[in-house]
Amino acid sequence: MTNVLKQRNVVIILILFALAFPMMTSNTYMIHVMTLSFIWMIGVYGLNLLAGYTGYLSLAHAGFFAIGAYSLGLLTVKAQMNFWLALVLALVITCSIGLVVGAIALRTKEHFFAIYTLCLGYIIYLVIDKWDSLTEGVRGLIGIPAPAPIGPITFETEKAHYYFVLFFLLLVVLIMYRIVHSLSGRTYIAIRNSEDLAQTIGISTKTNKLTVFVLSTFFAGLSGALYASFVRFIGPDIGSTNIVFDLLTYLLVGGIGTLSGPIVGTLLIVWLSQLLQDFQQYRMLIFGPALTLLIIFAPRGIVGAVATWNMNRKLKKYPNNQARSGRSRNDSLVKSEIVPEKQVKEG
Amino acid sequence: MEILIQQLFNGLTIGSVYALVALGLTLVYGILHIPNFAHGALYMMGGYITLTMMTRFGLHYWLAIFVSIIVVGLLGVLMERFVFHPLREAPPIHDKIAAIGILLFLEAFAQFYWGAEYQSMPTPYGQIVEVFGLTLTMQRILIVVAAVVVMFILYLFLKKTFTGATIIAMSQNREGANLVGINTNKVAMLTFMISGGLAAIASSLSAPINLVFPGMGHLVILKAFVIIILGGMGSIPGAIVGGYIVGFSESLGATYISNDYKDIIAFLFLVLILTVKPTGLFSKGGSH
Repeated sequence: MTNVLKQRNVVIILILFALAFPMMTSNTYMIHVMTLSFIWMIGVYGLNLLAGYTGYLSLAHAGFFAIGAYSLGLLTVKAQMNFWLALVLALVITCSIGLVVGAIALRTKEHFFAIYTLCLGYIIYLVIDKWDSLTEGVRGLIGIPAPAPIGPITFETEKAHYYFVLFFLLLVVLIMYRIVHSLSGRTYIAIRNSEDLAQTIGISTKTNKLTVFVLSTFFAGLSGALYASFVRFIGPDIGSTNIVFDLLTYLLVGGIGTLSGPIVGTLLIVWLSQLLQDFQQYRMLIFGPALTLLIIFAPRGIVGAVATWNMNRKLKKYPNNQARSGRSRNDSLVKSEIVPEKQVKEG
Repeated sequence: MEILIQQLFNGLTIGSVYALVALGLTLVYGILHIPNFAHGALYMMGGYITLTMMTRFGLHYWLAIFVSIIVVGLLGVLMERFVFHPLREAPPIHDKIAAIGILLFLEAFAQFYWGAEYQSMPTPYGQIVEVFGLTLTMQRILIVVAAVVVMFILYLFLKKTFTGATIIAMSQNREGANLVGINTNKVAMLTFMISGGLAAIASSLSAPINLVFPGMGHLVILKAFVIIILGGMGSIPGAIVGGYIVGFSESLGATYISNDYKDIIAFLFLVLILTVKPTGLFSKGGSH
């Protein structure tokens, strides 16, 4: 019980810190970087829901990120639409494309799914790059407006934008929390652990997977739209596979299939990259091997490693814990969210 | 008419390169059931090593290719030993991510060591020849001939030698192969060696008509994936036929449809195939 309180306290402290962050520094550049990392986090959550909880590695997420960004950009710049209407429409567009793509892509499994989505992501990128008359091609879209003011609240300053993005991030985390700790969340994990078994116990894997796919494209589209309105300029590069590899690195370092993983991983890597600014171009010299080593030695990232360490420590402290009652054991299971599974590979 | 034949020949050249890359990919998939996303990086490394051997050490083209085959092959073996072997029991999503990690590292390494700029590879076969009224460069003819020779040698190796037979055996049934006393570890390493070597040959052959740069493997590897899905994951004849199909449709599509969108053709192929048949064309029953 004390642990739950502790966890809640940590969450409250984190939120307070996030709220107070712009007051603590007068350096707008720091706020800029923080806002960007919040935007990435939303995208990483989308990837996490699909790859981490349902076990489907989608490499098309940069594509959906770009669709979200370009929908918002085109609707506001070319169609001169109100920002909020454009934001909603951008999400609707991303989700509808996600629905169609998901319905087809989810017929494939495992390797086929990864390859299929990788190619799809590339098609989206190529279309954006080549469709000059609509997307302006390599020149990119310039002058995407900041969010329109609601009543007295305007979003012109860096700080205001920070809070604007933070609001969406908290919303996404809340949604994720509700999903993961609901029956649906358990269902998704069941699908990841064994799709055949899930189907046997009466789970409609098809609808569940499609729901997850659309939700995750929703997050990707949202983060893309926020990115467009924050950076004000978008080019076809945001749809390239490098972006999805970046998101994947954030997710893996933080912890795939964990709720706090995307936040930890994104913050760590974004700030590390900032420190190694001169090194930016070659950052993958470090992050690439890190990705590979992590997946071998700590497949559930920093958050997963800490959770396992905590659990082991607790087991050492109370060695009879396991024998005592089922309840305490269940507690430790809930803590770690998912038991790290050993799944035997086919073939 | 002349354009058509010229384009058919171009398709043959590109198709040969694709087929070589896809062969390496399909061999590894057959043995370990890993879609090796890092294969494109091996292709890129092959190009750079051949280039370095030629420009910095002044080796002859063929000798440089030979060094490149050995180096990239060993790189493949290292990958198998240090990354895919420890991950053999892990969930399938893990080795895909691990492969992406290797890909990112090798690309950053190439950019760090050789620079991001596009480099062209000199070739002793730059002459232009006229065959039946067609103007062709020797290099393109060389690509086609060399690819066919390599494929033929690979075929002989797999079908006629004992070592080759162990590879086939393992791709058919890993446990069965183990039971009859085949050292599956050794076979896995050998397969990665061959796969890396094929990638090095493909890039060294095609580099003189294309260019060498850190991202040169991107499109090629994606198309190789399309090809092995087209031809059946793990199928060797499928990879060859698929390679030529994609090569021809690309060169014809570039001329008759749109040069801008020629790269999309292969991917549309894939999307179409997987939409109609989610397990890929010619997939063996029950396999993934």
